[in-house]
Amino acid sequence: MSALEIDNVCKDFGTTRVLEEVSLAIDSGEFLILVGPSGCGKSTLMNAIAGLEPVTSGRILVGGDDITWRTPAERDIAMVFQSYALYPSMTVHGNIAFGLEMRKVPRVEREAAVERVADLLQISHLLNRKPAQLSGGQRQRVAMGRALAREPQIYLFDEPLSNLDAKLRVEMRTEIKKLHQRLGTTIVYVTHDQIEAMTLADSIAVMRDGRILQLGSPDEVYNNPADMFVAGFMGSPSMNFIEARLDGEPGAYRLHIATDGEAELTLPWPASRETPALAEHVGRTLTLGLRPEHFAEEDARLGDRAEGTPLSARVSVVEPTGADILLRLPLGDTEITARVGPDCRVAPGERLGLRVDMRRAVLFDAETEARLA
Amino acid sequence: MKSDTIHSEVPRRSAPPVRASAAGHLQAWLPKLVLAPSVVISLCFVYGFMLWTFILSLTDSRMLPSYDFVGFAQYARLMNNERWWVAATNLGIFGALFVGCCLVLGAGLAILLDQRIRREGVLRTLYLYPMALSFIVTGVVWKWLLNPGLGIQAMVRGWGFESFTFDWLVDPDMAVYTLVIAAVWQASGFVMALFLAGLRGIDDSILKAAQLDGASLPRVYWRVVMPCLRPVVFSAVMILSHIAIKSFDLVVALTGGGPGYSSDLPATFMYAHAFSRSQIGMGSASAILMLGGVLAILVPYLYSELRSRRHG
Ligand SMILES: Nc1ncnc2c1ncn2[C@@H]1O[C@H](COP(=O)(O)OP(=O)(O)O)[C@@H](O)[C@H]1O
Ligand SMILES: [Mg+2]
Repeated sequence: MSALEIDNVCKDFGTTRVLEEVSLAIDSGEFLILVGPSGCGKSTLMNAIAGLEPVTSGRILVGGDDITWRTPAERDIAMVFQSYALYPSMTVHGNIAFGLEMRKVPRVEREAAVERVADLLQISHLLNRKPAQLSGGQRQRVAMGRALAREPQIYLFDEPLSNLDAKLRVEMRTEIKKLHQRLGTTIVYVTHDQIEAMTLADSIAVMRDGRILQLGSPDEVYNNPADMFVAGFMGSPSMNFIEARLDGEPGAYRLHIATDGEAELTLPWPASRETPALAEHVGRTLTLGLRPEHFAEEDARLGDRAEGTPLSARVSVVEPTGADILLRLPLGDTEITARVGPDCRVAPGERLGLRVDMRRAVLFDAETEARLA
Repeated sequence: MKSDTIHSEVPRRSAPPVRASAAGHLQAWLPKLVLAPSVVISLCFVYGFMLWTFILSLTDSRMLPSYDFVGFAQYARLMNNERWWVAATNLGIFGALFVGCCLVLGAGLAILLDQRIRREGVLRTLYLYPMALSFIVTGVVWKWLLNPGLGIQAMVRGWGFESFTFDWLVDPDMAVYTLVIAAVWQASGFVMALFLAGLRGIDDSILKAAQLDGASLPRVYWRVVMPCLRPVVFSAVMILSHIAIKSFDLVVALTGGGPGYSSDLPATFMYAHAFSRSQIGMGSASAILMLGGVLAILVPYLYSELRSRRHG
């Protein structure tokens, strides 16, 4: 039985459909991340789960109970908001205890819960302060404390870290992950930051325009994207999309990339990655998807033993990030990004030999953006 | 403190270092020159006349100002004047009910309007309209409505409820409450607007968080929202109470202070004595007591406002 099940939920605001037949299920203790661009309906889905917005159709089940028409108070769900939403007139203690007080938890238990949560989040020294006297990171902790104190069945986090600075965000990310591992809570977490998604999730749901495009483990979503949108959304720098013409026959498909002024570039498609769909697309122009890390610098010492398909291009921009170097190279009529090791010595304008790992490449229909292989 | 630093910094930054003297001087003096007439006028006509009133209150002036000082004798006479005590008691009743009803009604209307209802704009304007009227108009309108022979009483009796009585306007014990009705009708829309602005300033997700915490709607407002609106309540009380103390036109238009002097307020008392009953001295003394009342409300308000601003 799933801890949370969403069954064909639709939501309209007036005549605009914001959620379109959303279905998903998560197990107890699972960390589900909803990602998607701004305005795709992530918050609306969270509000629907919390009972803050009635759904237009569909069902929401928690632990097997249909809670679709229960009020927020009747659902055992806590939510952490992007703006923290602390009660300004109450102290930190009051904020954490409020939910318990409203649920008529006896005073002694309430105090114990506040103490437990404050210890857990290291905010014991802040209990008598008002939210206005706290820093962003501290407010974030209090907001989490308020959710944790109630020990609900499900936690909802709506972009909880977006208002923090970069360093604090990384720290809090780790802390949330630790908390989840320690407490085994069931969490639905919204973010538009795909690194947060990859690092935290047990499973990721990628949303666009009110639909779930793909639901899977971070590894699946990253390496086996369902369509071009998911492929482009996950990963930073994002996947390179290159127009390529397919020809050949089963067992020996090739991709031709037109390059202006130079010889056409031909990349063989690995036989292990063939799908029946490819046969219908012979002779058509498709979109080849290659992630920056699918490229590697040609290593002369390896000679013929080197893996991958050779390729050479003129480097236009070199961006060292410290851990590695990002190269911008024109290929066909687009400019691609390749990630190479930090000791690659190349200057802008020079030609560089690269190897492409075609076994990890993906192919999309250029028009429908659907995955072909 | 703040204004000092702004004054000294702005010209330095904006004026170029060369030729700074002439242009800079003009720039520094221009605001002062432009403001000077209004400063002089308010010094003379507001503070000057306040001082003059205070001086007169210490004299035995009757029909015309005289300068025979009698100390605080006029204040003593005032304290023994039954009509003054009626006016002062009325002010107590009127002020408390007026401020209280306006706050409750205004907050209630604002909360109802805040529930994202349709036609909110129309309703808001509707509630705010009375504030655009002068108290004289309000007074006249309510004078007709409350007139037993023509207004509400006559209408309800016309429906067949022959025994219905609503004659507060002509009842010496109840006339002061008709002032409350009219004044609340006029000012509660304004208080609603104040509260509505305050409510709109509250982050929506705070309300959501409180709902998820299990608070019912009345509790959300009582425990979470209202405490955030304390500054609004405070400003509303300040504004309403000084409206109450200064109320004059409404009384004149609605009850004329009557029946008898049963619905007098200090302002009408002062006017009657200073200008129609040839008691300038006692009128001035009552005016000064009213000024004291206003100051007693305003000074703590300004003090706390300024202090909170300085503390950030
Ligand atoms: N109360 C509302 N009334 C009308 N439209 C809304 C309302 N709330 C959200 N929307 C619309 O629904 C869409 C999804 O919003 P939201 O769920 O907040 O997106 P996200 O959280 O993914 O950025 C947006 O296009 C937004 O304009
Ligand atoms: Mg959102």
